Amino acid sequence: MNEISASLALALDLVAGGESRLAAIVLLSLKVSLGATLMACALGMPLGALLSVGRFPGRRVLIVLFNGLMGLPPVVVGLLVYLLLSRAGPLGQFGLLFTPTAMVIAQTVLVAPIIAALTRQVIDDEWREHREQLRSLGASRPRAARTLLWNARFALTTAALAGFGRAIAEVGAVMIVGGNIDGVTRVMTTTIALETSKGDLPLALALGVILITVVLTLNAGAYLLRQWAERRWG
Amino acid sequence: MAPWLRLEALGLTENGVRIVEDVSLKVSHGRTLILGPNGAGKSTLLRLMHGLLRPSAGHVVWPRALMQAMVFQRPVMLRATALANIEYGLKLRGIPAEARRRQALAALTRVGLPELAARQARRCSGGEQQRIALARAWALAPQVLFLDEPTASLDPHSSREVERIIGEIAEAGTKIVMTTHNLGQARRLADEVIYLEEGRVLEQTPVDEFFRRPRTSAATTFIRDER
Ligand SMILES: Nc1ncnc2c1ncn2[C@@H]1O[C@H](COP(=O)(O)OP(=O)(O)OP(=O)(O)O)[C@@H](O)[C@H]1O
Ligand SMILES: [Mg+2]
Repeated sequence: MNEISASLALALDLVAGGESRLAAIVLLSLKVSLGATLMACALGMPLGALLSVGRFPGRRVLIVLFNGLMGLPPVVVGLLVYLLLSRAGPLGQFGLLFTPTAMVIAQTVLVAPIIAALTRQVIDDEWREHREQLRSLGASRPRAARTLLWNARFALTTAALAGFGRAIAEVGAVMIVGGNIDGVTRVMTTTIALETSKGDLPLALALGVILITVVLTLNAGAYLLRQWAERRWG
Repeated sequence: MAPWLRLEALGLTENGVRIVEDVSLKVSHGRTLILGPNGAGKSTLLRLMHGLLRPSAGHVVWPRALMQAMVFQRPVMLRATALANIEYGLKLRGIPAEARRRQALAALTRVGLPELAARQARRCSGGEQQRIALARAWALAPQVLFLDEPTASLDPHSSREVERIIGEIAEAGTKIVMTTHNLGQARRLADEVIYLEEGRVLEQTPVDEFFRRPRTSAATTFIRDER
C-alpha cells in the first residue's frame, strides 16, 4: 500500500514537472491515435453511411464483416500490418516498419471497422426518418448518405470518440509494428507495459493517470458538445 | 379531359396485410381529394402514386412524365435552418446558390413565415414545420403536388390560410392530390373526391355530387359522422 502511494506521489511529481521524456511519449500517443482516428473517420464514415443507405450486392456480407472486425484483437491487427510492412511484405519497400507511420496504419486498421459499424447504426436511424423525404426531393442514395452524415454530425462525434478511445488504449498493435523504440515509437500504453514489467511504477502510473485524464476529458467534451447541439438543433 | 395519372389494379400487401387492394382509377382533374377514415390507406395510396412504394400488384401509369413533389403527413426536417431546408431540394436540382436563396425565401414568404428563415427547422412548432414543408415542396415548382393532410396540425386561421395557398397553387396550374379529414375543406378545394375504405376505392365522384348524393352507404355514413 505504501509503495503504491509513494509511486503515485512520484507519478504526480512527474506529471507536474512536465518532464520532457514524458511529454514526448504523451505527444506521440496523441499524434498517432488522433491521426489514426482521423484516417479511420475519413474511411469508415462514408463507408458506414453507404452500408446503411446503399443498395448493392454484398452489402449484407459487408455489414456482418464490419461488425465482426469491430472485435479484432489488436495483436492480430499488429501482426497483419507487421507482415504487410516487413521487408519481405508487399509494402516492405517503403521501410515503414518501426516508425510512427506504421503505428498510425495499424491503429487505422483497428479503428476503421468500429467507426464504420457505429456510423452505420447512426445513419440507419437517420435513414429511417428521412428516407421518404429525401427520395421525394430527388436525392440519389450517395447524395442522401452525404446529407445524413452531415445531419448526424453530433451523434457521429460519439463514434469518432469510441474509435479514439480504442486507439489510444491499445497496446498490442503499436507494440508490434512500432517496436517500442525509446524516443521514436514509444507511446503511453507500450511504456506502461514496459515500465511495469521493469518495476518502474512511478513512470507507469504517471502515464496511466495521464491516459485516464485524456480519455475522460475527451468524453466529457463530447458529451457537452452533444448536449449543446441538441439544444441548438433539436 | 385526358387523365394525367392512371392506377391499374393497384395493390399493396405488407406482411400479409392488404393495405391497398385492386385500385383502378384515372386522375384527370386539377384538384383531387382523397377522403376516408383513419387507416383507410390514404397516405399509402399517395406514396404509391408518388413512387415511394413499389406496388405488389398492378401499375401506376404516368402518360406523360410530370415533375412531382409531396408534403408528408408528418414533416421531416434536416438539422438546419428553415431556409436551408427549403434550399436543399433546389440544391439537388443544381440551382445556383444565389437563385436558390431567393426562391427559398419567396417560398417561405408564400406560406407566411419569412421571419422563420434563420430559425432551426427542428425547433419550429409542428404547425410551422408543416408550412415549411409546404414551402419546400412548392419551391420546386412541381407539376403535381401530393399533400397528405397538409392542414392537420394547423390552427383554424393558419389552416384557412394554407387552404387558400393550395387553391392558388392549383389555380397556377399545379395538379393537386390531397388527403384531408376536414370535409369543409374538401368541399371548398376539390374538383373531385375519391372515397377510400379499407384499402379499396368505394367511389370517385365530382365534389358536388359526392356531398349531395354519395353513391355508397359507407360514404353517406362517413359524411354524416365527420360533420
Ligand atoms: N409498412 C406497413 N406494414 C403493415 N401495415 C402498414 C404499413 N404501412 C401502413 N400499414 C397499415 O395500412 C393501413 C393504412 O395506412 P395509411 O397510413 O395509408 O392510412 P391513412 O388512411 O393515411 O390513415 P390516417 O387517416 O390515420 O392518416 C393502416 O392500417 C396501417 O396500419
Ligand atoms: Mg394518413
